[in-house]
Amino acid sequence: MRELAICFASGVLFAVGLAVSGMCQPAKVIGFLDPLDGWDPSLALVMVGAIGVHALAYVVASRLSRPLVNGVWRFPADWPLDRRLFGGAVLFGVGWGLGGVCPGPALTALWGGSIQMIVFVAAMVGGMALFEGWERAQARADG
Amino acid sequence: MIGLAASLLLLAHGRVAGISGILGGILTRNEAVAWRVAFLAGLAVGGLAIAATFPATMSMAGSRPLPLLLVSGVLVGFGTRLGAGCTSGHGVCGLSRRSPRSLVAVVTFMATGFASATALHVVTR
Repeated sequence: MRELAICFASGVLFAVGLAVSGMCQPAKVIGFLDPLDGWDPSLALVMVGAIGVHALAYVVASRLSRPLVNGVWRFPADWPLDRRLFGGAVLFGVGWGLGGVCPGPALTALWGGSIQMIVFVAAMVGGMALFEGWERAQARADG
Repeated sequence: MIGLAASLLLLAHGRVAGISGILGGILTRNEAVAWRVAFLAGLAVGGLAIAATFPATMSMAGSRPLPLLLVSGVLVGFGTRLGAGCTSGHGVCGLSRRSPRSLVAVVTFMATGFASATALHVVTR
């Protein structure tokens, strides 16, 4: 229970951080990704700042045998650098540039109730479902 | 704050705060769901609180037209699942760990993100 409360608190803090930093305003994100119209590089600082803080957490983590509350360390794989990784990042980047929205800000700003975010999140969940279907079809084709 | 939030999740729970993976793990239902739902509920409550107090931080002024957001959303959903991460998972968490996969992903999606946003600007001008 304590574990879930911490995950919840992390989500609240994450949402507030995204909103305060401007990530929940598509026009600001587009202002970062489109340098032709007066480039606004401030979001790069948001990312650098978050990485700076979070990198310290990994230093701490490397000295702990297991997480403080529960479970075991679950770090994603560092390899391979394959076509799926590259292709997925290409598609995500194109979508990000077209809409100015990525998954965290979408799931935060959704609760502002705008039609834009409702449409985007519905489409994003649809895209994820499409991926699951595609992957199952691939698995069948591979026999 | 984003860094602190990700750090809290990592140090307490041992998990990476990748939003697309957290949502995707719920949709596939074959991975641990409870902590993911708790995190997304936190995002929702945080989102509601911010919307009530500082609505300007969620301004949709100057956002893209709905059909474009529809296409964008499908690409973002499919692409983040195929590439196993988005701005938070690869960008914040992965680069903090100096993961080679995340570095390749971030360089790639930044490049295509700049390219598509700029191309759209040129085409619609």
